[in-house]
Amino acid sequence: MSTYLRVVSDADVGVRLADPARPPSIASETQLRSVLASLAGVDAVGAEARAAKLATRSIKTASKRPALDTIISMIDLTTLEGADTPERVASMCDKARRPDPHDPSTPSVAAVCVYPDLVAGAKSRLVGSSVAVAAVATAFPSGRASLAVKLLDVADAVAAGADEIDMVIDRGAFLSGRLGQVFDEIVSVKSACGTAHLKVILETGELVTYDNVRRASWLAMLAGADFIKTSTGKVSVAATAPVALVMLEAVRDFAESTGRLVGVKVAGGIRSAKDAIRYLVIVNETAGSAWMRPELFRFGASSLLNDVLMQRLRQTRGVYVRPEEFSAD
Amino acid sequence: MTENHLATSHLGAFDYDPAPESASIARLRDAYGLFIDGDFTDAASHASFASVNPATGADLANVAQANSPDVDRAVAAARHAYDTVWSKTTGAQRAKYLFRIARLIQERSRELAVVETLDNGKPIRESRDIDVPLAAAHFFYYAGWADKLEHAGYGANPRPVGVAGQIIPWNFPLLMAAWKLAPALAAGNTCVLKPAETTPLSALILAEILQQAELPAGVVNILTGDGATGAALVEHPGVDKIAFTGSTEVGRLIQRRVAGSAKRLTLELGGKGANIVFDDAPIDEMIEGIIDGIFFNQGHVCCAGSRLLVQETIADEVLRRLVRRVEQLRVGDPLDKNTDVGAINSAAQLAKITELVAAGEAEGATRYSSSCELPSAGYWFAPTVFANVSSSHRIAREEIFGPVLSVLTFRTPDEAVAKANDTNYGLACGVWSEKGSRTLWVAERLRAGVIWANTYNRFDPTSPFGGVRESGFGREGGRHGLEAYLDV
Repeated sequence: MSTYLRVVSDADVGVRLADPARPPSIASETQLRSVLASLAGVDAVGAEARAAKLATRSIKTASKRPALDTIISMIDLTTLEGADTPERVASMCDKARRPDPHDPSTPSVAAVCVYPDLVAGAKSRLVGSSVAVAAVATAFPSGRASLAVKLLDVADAVAAGADEIDMVIDRGAFLSGRLGQVFDEIVSVKSACGTAHLKVILETGELVTYDNVRRASWLAMLAGADFIKTSTGKVSVAATAPVALVMLEAVRDFAESTGRLVGVKVAGGIRSAKDAIRYLVIVNETAGSAWMRPELFRFGASSLLNDVLMQRLRQTRGVYVRPEEFSAD
Repeated sequence: MTENHLATSHLGAFDYDPAPESASIARLRDAYGLFIDGDFTDAASHASFASVNPATGADLANVAQANSPDVDRAVAAARHAYDTVWSKTTGAQRAKYLFRIARLIQERSRELAVVETLDNGKPIRESRDIDVPLAAAHFFYYAGWADKLEHAGYGANPRPVGVAGQIIPWNFPLLMAAWKLAPALAAGNTCVLKPAETTPLSALILAEILQQAELPAGVVNILTGDGATGAALVEHPGVDKIAFTGSTEVGRLIQRRVAGSAKRLTLELGGKGANIVFDDAPIDEMIEGIIDGIFFNQGHVCCAGSRLLVQETIADEVLRRLVRRVEQLRVGDPLDKNTDVGAINSAAQLAKITELVAAGEAEGATRYSSSCELPSAGYWFAPTVFANVSSSHRIAREEIFGPVLSVLTFRTPDEAVAKANDTNYGLACGVWSEKGSRTLWVAERLRAGVIWANTYNRFDPTSPFGGVRESGFGREGGRHGLEAYLDV
């Protein structure tokens, strides 16, 4: 048969990435509208079927171990409670740095994610580590504040040393069609971030439709987001596999047309290693292996880490340990 | 303090290890007899043949070769069961048996999925998630009809036809057996079923299930054999009805042979389905739909969307995405849970695919084949897409019945309809558009038995399935599926 085979490559069908030096610039709300209107629709039944099909991939022993390590390295270890204390955050930072104190081969997580007032403490606790500090800002989680207040919130977090800012979009403005306002807010926040990386939370549970998810993803990317993120974790429908699929299609297509690689963060409700592996499969088979690194894919989670650590120990020791083996925070 | 840097981990690499289902789950016996009058018996001639695993070329089990005397015996058993038992069994009682069979299929689903994959070459994901659950669903669905036939729209007290001879193909062996047996039994007929020569095994497991369900002896008889066995069944004077699913060529022969007899006939034959893509289609789901349409079951699907008709304005984009997606398909061991495309069912089918693909290249179409590595043993063909195909090419007209897609373009909806209908077949079509009015406009004008909108290759026991023109006649599934087995 091999004589009939012909290697398929991008060159075969004339793939050309757009010149990265010329990303599409949005000059007006009208232009933004027409760009977003030109996006193909999402067929909900088909998207959900595709996500369900990818969930049937079987990731077993030898491929599971690297997958578990990859997941750990992609976690934004998160605590976003009114009851958070500096001590709790310090403990979380220690865990972020060394998730399993008994096994030095365990990678650190990607970042800790806290409220702005706890950034300075986290930052000092993590000195000398690879773990970044992310702060939720812009009147998280509702986003219901004036732009001035949101920018102050961001400035505070950045001044305290935040490496990454997780902002929320104004869902009310998006859903009522004030797209320019949403766009301008992201642009302003991006500028207030300085060198800090900007993750834009779409709160897909409130956007409801996959069409909205796709448009909001493009809007955020066009406005300069470094990451697009599903959810705050404060709304009952958080990350879902089909939403992640649609967002990964968006970053893939955006990269093809602009040359710029935007990351995706799934957050909220991801508690088991099994769920996280399913997301990795979607990343791998949708955006591709380029996204299989913490610079371009993150899990926003708290309890996920312990389940991954348990699964990891299962791989090395051959037995499941009690959850109490690992600290709660 | 030592830090663990990201560079030390295995980032970026995500290779799925083989996750094979165990072949031993199949629990295959070395040899199987013919299932006649409730028992497995030897063929009169004691002849047998081996069923082969197309993924390895290894023999799986020996099955008996049924000849005319065996067909006589099976038809006589079916007639006797019809006269003495089944025609006197109430609808509610028949339903009880069908429900039992459905539940037993579910109970033995893992075993059936492995047997199907071993014998046919299809990926375990498909036999596990599609073939076996759908087979059970057909029995459940028609169980519900068995005591409600007077409400089916065929009169107050519709009568069964009698003894049905049923000949099924090798592409969905168990599912096609369910499609044939479930409505026939619900309507009160008895059956003689002949599975395909290359895939007899799941029907024999089904025979075991019929025994477990304590279905009265002779109500279903299963004869393994070749084309001669099928011909003997078609010509048998004791058969009241022939139901055939398979190639148009054989369908023609059968129609000739039953001509002039009182036998009723339904035929579900070949196809050259058009998948029509407009430029406002939901593109990501549409690409998946095209992939499912042609690579599902290695393209061994009579309703496969083997002709892709793309609106010119997005032709390059669609082809680029399609080729990228084809390259992602995981081709290999059908028992591996991560396999997307399995083995070609037989050497003969592989030869046919190879010949038509060579014709496509010779006629000037542009070929893209996956660079996947193909196993050295068994029968394999890399997923292939042909661009620049014209309506006159053989690959646009003849049913390839393999993982080969022909891509054609159109400008206007009228042209799309004209090209889609430019075929001798008429089994299935797909239409992809976000504009409902256009989808309906196109669907009204397509000559095909099944039209899918924004999806493809979706099957459900409640939905009638069947063709027009050279794709056959008669419907299977749904209320319509009862008609073939009722004297109406």
